[in-house]
Amino acid sequence: MRRSKLPLIVTAFVILFFYLPVFVLVVNSFNAARFGGAWEGFTLAWYAKLFHHREIWASVRNTLIIAISATALSVVIGTTAALALHRYQSRLQQYHYLLIYTPLVIPEILMGIGLLLFFVAIGVPLGLFTIFLAHVTFCISYVAMVVLGRLQNFDFSVVEAALDLGADLPTVAWRILIPLLSPGIISGALLAFTLSIDDFVISFFVAGPGSTTLPIRIYSMIKHGSPPLINALSTILLVVTFLAVLISQNFMEEEQ
Amino acid sequence: MKASTGKANEWFLSLPSLMWLLILFLLPTLLIFAITFKPPDQFGGFAPGWTLHTVESLAQPNYPAIIWRTIYLSILTTVVCILMATPVGYVIARSRGKWRQILLLLVIVPFWTSFLVRIFAWKVLLHPDGAIKQALLACHIVSTDTSLLYNSGSVLLVMVYNFLPFAILPIYAAAAKFDFRLVEAAQDLGAHKFQSFMRVFIPGIWRGLITAVLMVFIPALGSYVIPDIVGGPSGEMIGNKIAQRVFVDRNLPHASGLSAFLTVAVLIPMTLVMVMQKRKQKAEPLIEEDA
Repeated sequence: MRRSKLPLIVTAFVILFFYLPVFVLVVNSFNAARFGGAWEGFTLAWYAKLFHHREIWASVRNTLIIAISATALSVVIGTTAALALHRYQSRLQQYHYLLIYTPLVIPEILMGIGLLLFFVAIGVPLGLFTIFLAHVTFCISYVAMVVLGRLQNFDFSVVEAALDLGADLPTVAWRILIPLLSPGIISGALLAFTLSIDDFVISFFVAGPGSTTLPIRIYSMIKHGSPPLINALSTILLVVTFLAVLISQNFMEEEQ
Repeated sequence: MKASTGKANEWFLSLPSLMWLLILFLLPTLLIFAITFKPPDQFGGFAPGWTLHTVESLAQPNYPAIIWRTIYLSILTTVVCILMATPVGYVIARSRGKWRQILLLLVIVPFWTSFLVRIFAWKVLLHPDGAIKQALLACHIVSTDTSLLYNSGSVLLVMVYNFLPFAILPIYAAAAKFDFRLVEAAQDLGAHKFQSFMRVFIPGIWRGLITAVLMVFIPALGSYVIPDIVGGPSGEMIGNKIAQRVFVDRNLPHASGLSAFLTVAVLIPMTLVMVMQKRKQKAEPLIEEDA
């Protein structure tokens, strides 16, 4: 077979392109130079500074509170939505699908400004609670899509059999649906959690005084702060995400 | 009896997400249009009554330039992403077993970093004291006063970097389902390499290509953080103007007016594609769920 080398060359170039900034960032987090143009010696000073940065730890706390609560609620709502979308082929579900699907494609800034207008219009004070509501809103769609994907090879006759044998709905949900769907629900939850932790644009629009999340803190550091501190913070985040994904991947393989 | 309990179950399952998204997604989106016609008040909210003042002030002379820049940067980003992603998707789909897993992982891993951190990494790289400028200076490709940062070029570069995986994944997903024997058949029948690629492979993955275009073009139109961090005044897009109206002069009706415009700009390609998809193939989800 005659095959061109060009696609391979492009692929190698793209992978280099993907890793260059990440690599430079990690290296610079150990660089004594402030802007990393030249190597001025190995240092852990930036990590030490980071460790004593109280505002960062406060924002990490806020981020985790929001991520955990938003994931919990969006998993419930997203999973029921996926069940409805998979089980019923009605007019209602066509609109339902559209409503779930659209938030995935529209730019984040539009969801951010829309929610800000809504909260201002009904007089909800901006803060952690409004960020939580916003995060649940976009997480529902992602959870629903992931669970819906897993439902494609789910056999509903099991549920019908249980219902025919006299089980009530809560029993069916608790004893059959949730155990069988758990791989889909867990990957949906992981996705929601990651997206919530990383969200900047929507959070920035609906945040109020005292509700600074980690991405909002990072943004203000980029705008006004010290670059090496962000390098160090990013490297830690990279290691944490890497470990989290590794663990969840292992967990997922065991499930299957 | 059975039918009515079925209907009740359907509502029971649909109501939570339906209500949540109607109130916290659809209603806020409609509010964007409504508040465009509200006068602002001095506390950063909006006053009662209706006005056309915002709509008139949107005809400001500097807006057309920014709107034009937003559109051409988004189109350019999409074109570059598709041109780079198609060979990559092709290579990943043609590789076997372990290699395919490794390549996919190589594409995804850098994007486990935070979105802001990735943009920041480019700011550091492109900075006058950063690695790229120093390397280019050493090779005498640029002079000391060339700026790699704060122009449309740096915005384009970082947008391509950020959106490229969203083009690669759907193209790969479509290419993985493509029957490569068709390409071999075309070549056996005398088509040369490029011909068989363009006339057999590309039409074979058109669904993936369209998804890729949407996944890049629509978020690109709404870019705000990328031009904000690496763009500077000469790289501003509509998103920056919306944010300035919200965070700098707190004029929510004005921000709404710009957002309403952006919403319409986003809905046009979305509906176009939906209509096209409906015509080509009936009611199949646009996104590959396993991508």
